[in-house]
Amino acid sequence: MVDFGFGLVPSSRINLDLFDREKFEALAALEPDVRKCMACGSCAAVCTAGKFVRTSVRDAIEELFNAHPDKALDLLKSCQLCGKCTMVCPRGINTRHLILSIAKIYGTK
Amino acid sequence: MTPLYILPLQTAPEVIDRIPSGYSNFVIPFVVGISFMLIWLTVGLFRLMAKIPARDRRRLWKSFFIPKIALKNIRDLFCDCLFHTKIWKRKPLLGYMHSAIAFGWFMLIVLGHLEVALFVPKHLAWTDGGLFYPIFYRFFVWINPGHVSLRGWFFFFLMDFFLLYVLTGVGMAIFKRFRSIVLGMRHTTKPSLADRIALYSLWLIFPLRLLAESFTADLSGGSFLTVPVNMLWHWIFGNNLYFMPVWWAYSICLGLFFAAMPFSRYMHILTEVLWILLRNAGLQPSHPRKGVAEAEIYACSSCGLCLDACPMNVQKKNLKYSSVYFIRFLRRHNEKKINDIADKCLMCDKCHALCPVGVDAPALRRAQRATVNDSLCYDYSYLQNRVPAPEANDIVNVATGISDAPEVMYFAGCMTHLTPRIIKSVEKVFKAASVNYVFADRDGGICCGRPLMLAGKTSAARETISANRKMILDSGCRTLVLSCPICYKIFKDEYNLKGIEVLHYTQYIKRLVEQGRLKLSSCDERLVYHDPCELGRGCGVYEEPRKVLSQVGTLVPAAKEGDESICCGGSLGSLTLDARDRAKITESSLVNLVANNPQTIVTACPLCLMTFSGPALDTVSHNSGEEATDVKVKDFAEVISQRV
Repeated sequence: MVDFGFGLVPSSRINLDLFDREKFEALAALEPDVRKCMACGSCAAVCTAGKFVRTSVRDAIEELFNAHPDKALDLLKSCQLCGKCTMVCPRGINTRHLILSIAKIYGTK
Repeated sequence: MTPLYILPLQTAPEVIDRIPSGYSNFVIPFVVGISFMLIWLTVGLFRLMAKIPARDRRRLWKSFFIPKIALKNIRDLFCDCLFHTKIWKRKPLLGYMHSAIAFGWFMLIVLGHLEVALFVPKHLAWTDGGLFYPIFYRFFVWINPGHVSLRGWFFFFLMDFFLLYVLTGVGMAIFKRFRSIVLGMRHTTKPSLADRIALYSLWLIFPLRLLAESFTADLSGGSFLTVPVNMLWHWIFGNNLYFMPVWWAYSICLGLFFAAMPFSRYMHILTEVLWILLRNAGLQPSHPRKGVAEAEIYACSSCGLCLDACPMNVQKKNLKYSSVYFIRFLRRHNEKKINDIADKCLMCDKCHALCPVGVDAPALRRAQRATVNDSLCYDYSYLQNRVPAPEANDIVNVATGISDAPEVMYFAGCMTHLTPRIIKSVEKVFKAASVNYVFADRDGGICCGRPLMLAGKTSAARETISANRKMILDSGCRTLVLSCPICYKIFKDEYNLKGIEVLHYTQYIKRLVEQGRLKLSSCDERLVYHDPCELGRGCGVYEEPRKVLSQVGTLVPAAKEGDESICCGGSLGSLTLDARDRAKITESSLVNLVANNPQTIVTACPLCLMTFSGPALDTVSHNSGEEATDVKVKDFAEVISQRV
């Protein structure tokens, strides 16, 4: 085996083969705004829950695209739905409904 | 020709009980219809009561014996069910229409029974036709010519009077179907099939009653309405009138109406009574469909007043999300549509505030959201091991400089932190009035729980509530001042803070002004005040901000204000309404506010402030008048702080 001088943690490896298109389409049907995100991070900057634990809609959306729905759920489980992220989102994403929808689609086994 | 009636008269009976058995075949349709409806109602009532938790049921029985609630019950039953005073106040013509049909019909039934009780009392018994005899009284008895007393005359007159009263109402109702705007309604409900059957039979019932009674008016008595019509029939058809067909038609129409009633909106005539009793006993629906909620659903008269009230309906495509349709689909158990409609609503509570029977549709929507969202995963364990918020160095006493237990705790809330000018202004006002206060969430706090509650995540909301509650109770303050109406609503309703007065800053500033602690200077700025939904309709705070504002400027009224104020469109209540639809609502709300050309729009909610300050403001500024009249949007505290 060739040694490149680094290793990968298997759990954080991005494996797009695992991307569940069906579920993502179901999410996009429920809340089309999920495609609007441009990853600016305003939502994470103002987050009320983010002061205590890592909470970020932006990262959650990224994790969904990276086929890590469980990480996305982890990033959103602390959310208090206060709505600050909706107010600051420059793309006008309905973040509160997006957060609920992610929990609905990916959270229920 | 012998005169019809001669006065005075004694001895002989006034009426002749011409059919002693008290039965005729034509009553069959009516009896079948009303029996079906009554059985359906009784079974439904038992099922409904069985679904109400035992604790709530006990509360209901007890409420009947609490004088204050009992009196309110009686008043509400008359005012809401019969006189429709709430509609009268807003739209007199519509109020007249509703009360004419409801109260007029009620009086016809009561007077019919009174007549039977006075003249042929034995027929009140169920075995002698008590179910239908009083309804068809004029068919069953003939008057004894020359022996009718003043009392009898009086009843003839009353019956005709109330029949005319109902007929005017029905006439208006028919007219309303075609030109509702004349009666003050822009949109009306689309009736379902059962509604249509019941509606058309209702339209026919009273004209047919007039026809039936006028055919027999010379034999069974009548007054200013039925007797002239009777003469007309005699003139047209000759001496012998064959009256059976009209009485059959009248009975069939009544039967049809009652048979369709359980499936139509008209069930509200009876179920409204139950809802008013439940409502006044203070019972809340715990499930969107069962128990109390079911009473509420069936109490909806589908009148459609919520259609014009709903701020979403500036766009016609949103009509289908109105409360009246939400309740209709709940009644039909149409799960898909129920969820769609429940999630769309802004929860501005206007439909509830303006509902003639006080159906709390937003509460039902919340309960419906809870069935879907309450079970979604969340984890608030981080709330347990956080640092308690108020630090000693936060406690500032401006007057003495001594740091002691603060008089007031100020809680800004999440949204206010996005508009720090509110915080700055509030602090400036507090300092000007030398208020000894502690700022609970200077560096940010946790959410009050109201947004979670609105989204239906009730158990999650309970966790943030208990965390906040502990923080407030531990602080030892006596007064809690909030600058966000969303927080204020839930702090007032759910926090149960014994011994702590919860105030919105508009109320607290008014108190400071009244106590003379805050001196305000006035100017001639034209101000208009926007009632935030959660503060106005949610908590009933309308007067306090207006009183203070009228001291600092000229307060001009908006086109619609108070409980008719229009949501700013930024509400956290809606889950699925998108940005474009919201913008339309914001625009209509702004147009409503600038009706009297104010220079500044004042609001008392950070969310309204942000929404109004957006791009919608430009369109309104440009539309209102030729000269560039730039309308500013300011927060209440901001306006006050500039005048201390």
